[in-house]
Amino acid sequence: MTDTVPLPSDDARAAALDAAIALLGLVVAPEWRISVLAHMNVTAEAAQLVLDFPLDDELEPAPVFRP
Amino acid sequence: MSGLSGKIGTRAVVDAALARIDALNPKVNAFTDIVAARARATAERLDTIGAKPGPLAGMPFAVKNLIDVAGLPTRAGSRINRERRPAARDATLVRRLEEAGAVLVGALNMGEYAYDFTGENVHDGPSRNPHALDRMSGGSSGGSAAAVAAGLVPLALGSDTNGSIRVPSALCGIFGLKATFGRLSRAGSFPFVASLDHLGPMARSVADLARAYDALLGPDPDDLCATERPAEPVAQDLDAGCRGLRIAVAGGYFARQAEPDALAAVDAVAKALDARQTVELPEAARARASAYVITAAESAALHLERLRTRAQDFDPAVRDRLIAGATIPAAWVIRAQRFRRWYHAKMAELFRSVDIILAPATPCRAPLIGQANFTLEGRTLPVRPNLGIFTQPISFIGLPVVAVPMWLDKGLPLGVQIIAAHWREDRALRVARTLERAGVARAPVAPL
Repeated sequence: MTDTVPLPSDDARAAALDAAIALLGLVVAPEWRISVLAHMNVTAEAAQLVLDFPLDDELEPAPVFRP
Repeated sequence: MSGLSGKIGTRAVVDAALARIDALNPKVNAFTDIVAARARATAERLDTIGAKPGPLAGMPFAVKNLIDVAGLPTRAGSRINRERRPAARDATLVRRLEEAGAVLVGALNMGEYAYDFTGENVHDGPSRNPHALDRMSGGSSGGSAAAVAAGLVPLALGSDTNGSIRVPSALCGIFGLKATFGRLSRAGSFPFVASLDHLGPMARSVADLARAYDALLGPDPDDLCATERPAEPVAQDLDAGCRGLRIAVAGGYFARQAEPDALAAVDAVAKALDARQTVELPEAARARASAYVITAAESAALHLERLRTRAQDFDPAVRDRLIAGATIPAAWVIRAQRFRRWYHAKMAELFRSVDIILAPATPCRAPLIGQANFTLEGRTLPVRPNLGIFTQPISFIGLPVVAVPMWLDKGLPLGVQIIAAHWREDRALRVARTLERAGVARAPVAPL
């Protein structure tokens, strides 16, 4: 827990959301945006919990591709 | 329920099921498709071939409508998918149940694209809890749970990515099995989150659940995630009891954020099993968070093109989550998948000292249909994503779980998760059977 990543600001999340929506070519109606942003914020909080937990570099992601 | 066909004929059993569906489905809205002609033809074939009846002889069943049924478009709860070409063949699990003598009678309502814990569906209407029609069935396999609890079918298939078999089983008061990740084939089902998706059976008795599970077992080259382990059937040892099993109650995360009744249900199971040990699952909140992040990203990636071109045709509650999920950084998702590896290792360690872990299936009884929020530990939270707070950390690493129905009083049921180590479905089912035989867990047909 020593390596806590600083929380992005609400403005940063909103800006990232809008940029990603544009990048992906999605069209978000103005009346949807507040709900989409709320979901983005909940997901960001969940991600923060995960990011705050130290993991060894050698730890591989769970899905393993076996040819 | 098995063996019916030997006495009164499969056709008669199927006709009775179809009549009950006709009469009661309008109340519970569990079925989206009824394949009456197919079911009658299958029944007549079973009655006339004179072959030895299979272990599921004459048992009517239905499947969540993300599972392929030949001749039906696999709608997966969506408006968009019902424009698809009808499935050319049945899903592997449908074929296996019919090979064991069961008879498919229809497809079942679900939350759109399985991104749901409520059982609500904006296109098909909500499936309703048969024990209280104004209450949620739970999701996303809400139609599956409602159909079984209403006595429309004794057996249904659902899917469980984060809790979608266990949550509706709990809210509707039936037994549900989410097997080890990779144990049961997903071939011929519409995906949600490839990293986490499972299919599995739901029933009103542990014997039916176990017999169905045995029939569903086996490797499947059509599913890249399906295990190559040989089938390990469980039904023959179902009554072996629990003696010698080390059973513990999940503390910490699983003892908070729940209404007292949900914890009382766990206590009642623990008491019946004489389980006095408590264990803490390592970093369960982070496990749930990781499952949440992976779900958001993988489901969004799956639906990206549809979000680009058909956004207005989604259920708004699903659409907005998917759009948000499409925008998150890849680093978050990969971190979550690396955490998954860590958690898997820690849970494997934990299972060296216990065989079974008990935990609530949901934090509360069935909320009202349309209820947006509930309060857990003094925090107001949205119902839709949070009914699964206790199921997500378990399916995240694919542990096998039986959800058992508990009736504390004359009110609605609650579910308890019987969680075993990987590949030990037999133990979870034996514990469920023990509870059922003791009258502790039961799944009565709802009076409708």
